[in-house]
Parts: sequence; structure tokens; C-alpha cells
Amino acid sequence: MELVKIIILALVVNNVVLAQFLGICPFLGVSNKVQTSLGMGAAVIFVMALANLVTFLIQFYVLNPLHIEFMQTITFILVIAFLVQVVEIILKKSAPSLYQALGIYLPLITTNCAVLGIAILAVQKDYNLVTSVVYASSIAAGFTLALILMAGIREQLELTGIPKGMKGFPISLITAGLLSLAFMGFANLVK
Amino acid sequence: MSNIKHFTKGFFKENPTFVLVLGTCPTLAVTTAAMNGIGMGLATTFVLVFSNLFVALLKNVIPDKVRIAAFIVVIATFVTIVDLVMKAYTPDLYKTLGIFIPLIVVNCIILGRAEAFAQKNTVYNSILDGLGMGLGFTLAITLMGSIREVLGNGSIFDIRLMSQEAKTILIFILPPGAFLTYGYLIAIMNRIKARYNV
Repeated sequence: MELVKIIILALVVNNVVLAQFLGICPFLGVSNKVQTSLGMGAAVIFVMALANLVTFLIQFYVLNPLHIEFMQTITFILVIAFLVQVVEIILKKSAPSLYQALGIYLPLITTNCAVLGIAILAVQKDYNLVTSVVYASSIAAGFTLALILMAGIREQLELTGIPKGMKGFPISLITAGLLSLAFMGFANLVK
Repeated sequence: MSNIKHFTKGFFKENPTFVLVLGTCPTLAVTTAAMNGIGMGLATTFVLVFSNLFVALLKNVIPDKVRIAAFIVVIATFVTIVDLVMKAYTPDLYKTLGIFIPLIVVNCIILGRAEAFAQKNTVYNSILDGLGMGLGFTLAITLMGSIREVLGNGSIFDIRLMSQEAKTILIFILPPGAFLTYGYLIAIMNRIKARYNV
């Protein structure tokens, strides 16, 4: 029951993009087409679950016993950057088809602040190993959901007449604002 | 005197928030009040100036292949300093900004300036660039924070402009308001740029 609550909260109620403002850069950058946002979403789910698994182990078996919790930011960001590289190399060798699909999105993930942000939040929330990984996966699924919705709307927006000054970022941000407004409707879903 | 343009470009012409559209996460997340904008802006400026300074100093020492990793270590060091200092001296602000203080490390403005400016320019120019970009960012998010605070809460810098009972547009201090305010501000900026050809 606890897990279900975490999943629903992470997926829609506290949607990572539309309510917590993490990962806005890829959200605005890669949401042009539904197809590409699916690829990006899959890569993010994979990396975030893995990153939370590894950062959790580092926090509890290295940082806490040595009392160097202040090194958290610097360790986590390096671990995430390293992890993304390793995943890229492994996928290239062992699963070329998956690498083809995710390839170009993987390096972009290092700069996705949601990965680092959620790793730190999971530690702050005192989650255990299982809940931490479940939390990260559902957050990433929420990211994918927002990305796909946004891409669908933007594909339609291409065909409409938008005032010159509103083209590009302004109209995307306002669309995101309306999506965020819609997501507020989920606020009381879980008590 | 030509050096001064490295400082001034951050305010309008290459404003990181409204023109380059970098560092969007803190821009949207912390601007529920004008004060948060100043706090976040100055913390980012500090990190930006020192990371630019050290990247410019070390540019000939860092091998090209590992430069991004090296930049991140430099940036993360100063973020940790800011994190600890704010925790000790401004605990309230620290609590409000929360997760976004450690996340300065992935703010694309900082890595962007290290990569695009500091590693190719002199130490002096890099400091000017960092200061200008940082203060331009501070100005932009303080402006956004002020607009949201006035519309959503009826106050600015915690000074009440309307009576306690006056109805405010609450949505502006909720997440959707962040997206809407930011969208309209960029649109206004685009109009100004087109009109005056800057």
C-alpha cells in the first residue's frame, strides 16, 4: 500500500516537471515529436532507477559511515555522469538495437537536473532501497508522461497560427502552464 | 574599456533567463517571492564567478578530453561551499530554496559559461562575464519573483501592498503561474527586441 501511494504521488500528484520543476530543459528541448519523447523517456526511466540504486548504496555505505555527508552533491553528480557513460558503453556493446534507439538521448541525461534532484530527495525522505528505486522509476515515468503529452500538443501547435512574439519558448511555457493547471486536479487523489 | 561589454551583455542582450533561456528549473521553481529570487540569484552568481575564475586559471592544465568532468568538480566545490554557508547563516532562505541549492551544480548557465567563455578567455574577462551573467540572472528571477508575489500574494519583499482581505490571484504562486509568467515575460522580451532591433 505504501508503494502504491509513492507511485501515484510521484506519477501525477507531484509530477516532477509540472509540479516540482525538475528536468525543465529536456522537457522544453526534446518535446517536439512524440517519437523522440518516447526515446528520451525510456532513457530517463532506465538511468534514474539505476542512479538511485547506486547513490543510495553510496550514501549508506560510504558517506554516512565516514561522516562526509557534505560531499553528497559532488559525489552524486560524478557518479551520475560516470553511470551515464558506463550505460552508454555497455549498451553499445551488448544491445546495439537499444543503443540505436536511446543513443543520442543518453549523454543529455547528465544535464537533466531531475536525476540528481531525485537522488538527493530520496535520501532526504529516508526511503529504503526498494522504495527509493520505485520512487525514482515512477518519477521518471511521470516525466515521460508529461513529455509525451507536451509533444502531442506541440505537434498540433505547429499547424496553428501563433503570434510572432509568442513563437518558440513562450507558447511552450504557456502550454506547460495549462498542463500544470490540469495536473493540479490530481491534488487530492491520495490522502 | 572594451572589457566592460563582457559585464554588461548579461543584463539584456544575452540575458541568461530571457534570451538564452538557460537555468530554467530554478527560474520556475523558486520565484514564488521576490526575496527568493535575490537569494537564489546571488548564490548562483557566487558559484558562477568563482567557477569562471578557476576554469580560466586552469584552462591550460585541464586536458581537453576530461574538461567537462573537471569543470563539474570545480562547480560542485563552490556549490558545496554555498550550501554550507547558507545552511549556517540564512537557515530560512535555505529551507525555502531547498533542493535547488545543491542543484546549482547542474544549472546549465554555469557549465555553459565555463565551456563557452571561461576556457577561452583571460581570468579578468571571465570574472566580468561571470559577474554580469550572474547579476543578469539575479535581476531576471527577482523581477519574476516580484511579479508573482504581487499578483499571487499582494505583497513585495514581504511588504504588503493590499489589505489582508483583498483577493489575490492565487494561481500565480502555484506551479502553473510560474510557467505562465515566464512565458509572457519571454514574449514581452521578444517584442522589445524586435521593436528596438537589439
